[in-house]
Amino acid sequence: MTEATLSVRNLRVEIPTRRGVLTAIDDLSFDIAPGEVLGMVGESGAGKSITGSAVIGLLEPPGRVAGGEIRLAGERIDNLPPERMRHIRGKRIGMIFQDPLTSLNPLYRIGDQLVETILTHQRMTSGEARDKARRLLEEVGIPAAETRLSSYPHQFSGGMRQRVVIALALAADPELVIADEPTTALDVSVQAQIIALLKRLCAERGASVMLITHDMGVIAETADRVCVLYAGRLAELGPVREVVKHPQHPYTIGLMAAIPSLSGDPDAALAQIPGSMPRLGAIPPGCAFNPRCTFAFDRCTAERPDAYPAGASRAACFLHAPDRPYAAPPDVLAAARTAGIRLPAPMDEAGR
Amino acid sequence: MTAIVAPRTLVEVRGLRRTFDLSKPWLNRMIERSGRVSLTAVDTVDFSIREGETYALVGESGSGKSTIAKIVVGLLAPTAGSVTIDGTEVWGRKTAEEERRMRRKIQMIFQDPYASLNPRWRVGTIIAEPIAAFGLITDAKDRVARVGELLSLVGLDPRDAVKFPHEFSGGQRQRIAIARALASDPKFIVCDEPTSALDVSVQAQVLNLLRDLQQRLGLTYLFISHNLAVVRHMASRVGVLYLGRLVEEAPARELFAEPKHPYTRMLLDAVPDIDMEGKERLAIAGEIPNPVNPPPGCHFHPRCPMAMDRCRIETPRHNGAGNASVLCHLYD
Amino acid sequence: MGHVTGEQAKAATEAVLPPSRTASFLDSDLWYSFTRSPLAVVSAMVVAVLVLAALFAPLIAPHNPFDPAQISILDSFLPPAWMEGGDPRFLLGTDDQGRDVLSTILFGMRISLAVGFASVVFAMVLGITLGLMAGYLRGWVDTAIMRIADVQLTFPAILIALLVNGVARAWAGPQSYDKAVFFVLVLSIGLSFWVQYGRTVRGSVLVEANKEYVLAARLIGLSSRTIMVKHVLPNVLGPVLVIATINLALAIITEATLSFLGVGVPPTQPSLGTLIRIGNDFLFSGEWWITIFPGITLAVLALSVNLLGDWLRDALNPKLR
Repeated sequence: MTEATLSVRNLRVEIPTRRGVLTAIDDLSFDIAPGEVLGMVGESGAGKSITGSAVIGLLEPPGRVAGGEIRLAGERIDNLPPERMRHIRGKRIGMIFQDPLTSLNPLYRIGDQLVETILTHQRMTSGEARDKARRLLEEVGIPAAETRLSSYPHQFSGGMRQRVVIALALAADPELVIADEPTTALDVSVQAQIIALLKRLCAERGASVMLITHDMGVIAETADRVCVLYAGRLAELGPVREVVKHPQHPYTIGLMAAIPSLSGDPDAALAQIPGSMPRLGAIPPGCAFNPRCTFAFDRCTAERPDAYPAGASRAACFLHAPDRPYAAPPDVLAAARTAGIRLPAPMDEAGR
Repeated sequence: MTAIVAPRTLVEVRGLRRTFDLSKPWLNRMIERSGRVSLTAVDTVDFSIREGETYALVGESGSGKSTIAKIVVGLLAPTAGSVTIDGTEVWGRKTAEEERRMRRKIQMIFQDPYASLNPRWRVGTIIAEPIAAFGLITDAKDRVARVGELLSLVGLDPRDAVKFPHEFSGGQRQRIAIARALASDPKFIVCDEPTSALDVSVQAQVLNLLRDLQQRLGLTYLFISHNLAVVRHMASRVGVLYLGRLVEEAPARELFAEPKHPYTRMLLDAVPDIDMEGKERLAIAGEIPNPVNPPPGCHFHPRCPMAMDRCRIETPRHNGAGNASVLCHLYD
Repeated sequence: MGHVTGEQAKAATEAVLPPSRTASFLDSDLWYSFTRSPLAVVSAMVVAVLVLAALFAPLIAPHNPFDPAQISILDSFLPPAWMEGGDPRFLLGTDDQGRDVLSTILFGMRISLAVGFASVVFAMVLGITLGLMAGYLRGWVDTAIMRIADVQLTFPAILIALLVNGVARAWAGPQSYDKAVFFVLVLSIGLSFWVQYGRTVRGSVLVEANKEYVLAARLIGLSSRTIMVKHVLPNVLGPVLVIATINLALAIITEATLSFLGVGVPPTQPSLGTLIRIGNDFLFSGEWWITIFPGITLAVLALSVNLLGDWLRDALNPKLR
């Protein structure tokens, strides 16, 4: 079995504030296989951007990694000194941020920025670097690449700029690309182009992608697997088709139902999840989702669920717990079944 | 059999045009020998909204939708054309009293929940401002009570009135903005991308709230968005904008079932396939051109898969049938 | 979604009062960062001590240096008390006219601080008003104000102060000038400082005026003046406070400079600057205490105010938090 490009185990990110320590990410574990696109989905404050920042070592102080391991192709990177991390950043992990306008330095030409990135991480003459920069621009679909090397960022449109940013991220042939909301600032008609481009280029290079976004639609079209975060914790993780069409966690079910689509009855009210995601300092005991959950029962307020297997996915919900010291009430089970949750096989009456 | 009375037209926009002068100062132009530069943000747009319905304006950046919103509510003057709301011309001459009465009927909900509430004011004061400005309730205690009513109407606690905006989440702030919009008992509310900055589950709550309020209070909405799926849930009629022109207009059901204009079709194709039916997205060509220098003839022709020679030269006219109209040579 | 009646809402709102301003302040991030910055606390204490000393000068000063009856020329040029020849009555020595240096410093600080504060307040009010108008009303108002500001910036502050001073002196004549000197000083120093406030406020106003809460206010037909004062002003005051604190030190020094140059307060009511000037003549002939002690006081005052302003600027900067 090939080694995972990125392996995160029990990640814990804390932010000390004067009112106490906030746990931004709590016990998060996931893998990204080589060449795979993993979607990180969650609402604002769920922790998806922080996860990306933690992996690439750019957590904004006072935030810090307080526990767990992050491994890139087997070697640990969460405890490296800043110098070593700097080498890895850019060379082995590329990053694409949301706003192309601020990702590029407005004072330098595109060609210079590309060449600088290439030369930082690879040994070659500046002529060779410029050649590579031109080829990169052509790959990302910028016409007249040779002349465009001398242009400044403001001379490009938003979509073009994001293409340049993708070129920058891929310049040193990284093993992992972290894309944080790469299409949110772009027009709808351009989003599809950029996402397709990203997916194709990474597939060609065998690079893995961590695609961070709040847009389930982008995930549905692009990702192989998807990880759903809620209040800094894992809610569900599985193949994208499974999670989107047969969500197994009540939060994911609610989320998918709330998305307006082009099919279905336009006059019906959109399904909504009551309440809102708790702030980091005010996460309820037990399962973070329990106050808003239609299927909650007493165990949910008492203990925190692990991520139990649920078909091809994993879901952090007691409805999937294989051991049943407290069984959910039958009406809850019935409602869950109706909602499409595949409950684990009932325990034998004899209590094996 | 009861006679069905067609609801009357509440908002009428005729020949709306707005250009912006982006020329450099005279001195620079003299030195650089460059000419005047002007941007036509809105190019002769006509539409009307009936009382109680939701009219959606769909478009991407550069389409002119925000400019139209500002002109309709009276924040930005048009270069040409007129906007009439409930019989009163928004940009016509009127007395101060008529102006006040007109302003009372119009309200707006903005896109950014973090910038639409004054961070230094308490929520109660923010919501009470329109009431105080129009002199609707003079007794302070009664005003406080009304603010409490409005807060609970949008699903918040009346006791939230003493808090500041930063104590609330984005979705809650948008609710506060809605409460403020309702404070003056308006008839017509322009919703400018009200949920674009919100998460999906919060968006669902806010959209449901807007629909609910419309039913209860008989409101008329001009709903501006770039998200077609959202528009489908909210609108009875839809107008599609491209570079300042209204390229298609139709009742919502018709538009989504049978989009006529190639740009509308492109927008619909760009909506991601969340049902995972394996629909292939059409390869979409190009990007929105610079609005300062739009392509001649039909603005969309460089990206149109069905462009003809005629499209490069001649600006299309509106071709309409009943409720719908298209701005495309294919339908001449 | 429940529907609450007016009565219930009224009752609910009355039950919860907003927290008092003191409580909010003590709970704020600003106070927290203040208590954790030793430099800020020390500077604040030093400033407080000096201000209180100046305020209560008539009560705590051993002598009144402005009362001619109390001064005797026989007491002149006495060194500080701990030196040979010193007199314990005059702790820091006396000047050329027999005035007690310590008392003169205390009374002089009053003038320095009063002129400093007043000119900063004047500059602030002028700068904020003009900056608000320029930023919100735009058009020719903006251009006019900004061009005047540009022209004024080309002149050094001292020069402007001298100019105003000279004009006032010539216009009012020496008798009435002496009575109005305080106002003239405040006017001249304030006029030379308003531009900073004006420009900063204008910049902030340009940003705020485009925000949607201003649009919402325009939507209901509020007048420009109401919007500027009630909506925009509270949001642009932040940086002003920082400038004001740092400016205070500069204002005090400017007043000292003007007095040093002889165009400030009259010699009968010496400020710190006057003292320094008087003592300057004797610095190298041995009577160093006449200049040095007021000089140290001025330096300490300016330094503490500056450090406080520095801390305030860093504390209020959201990016550094």
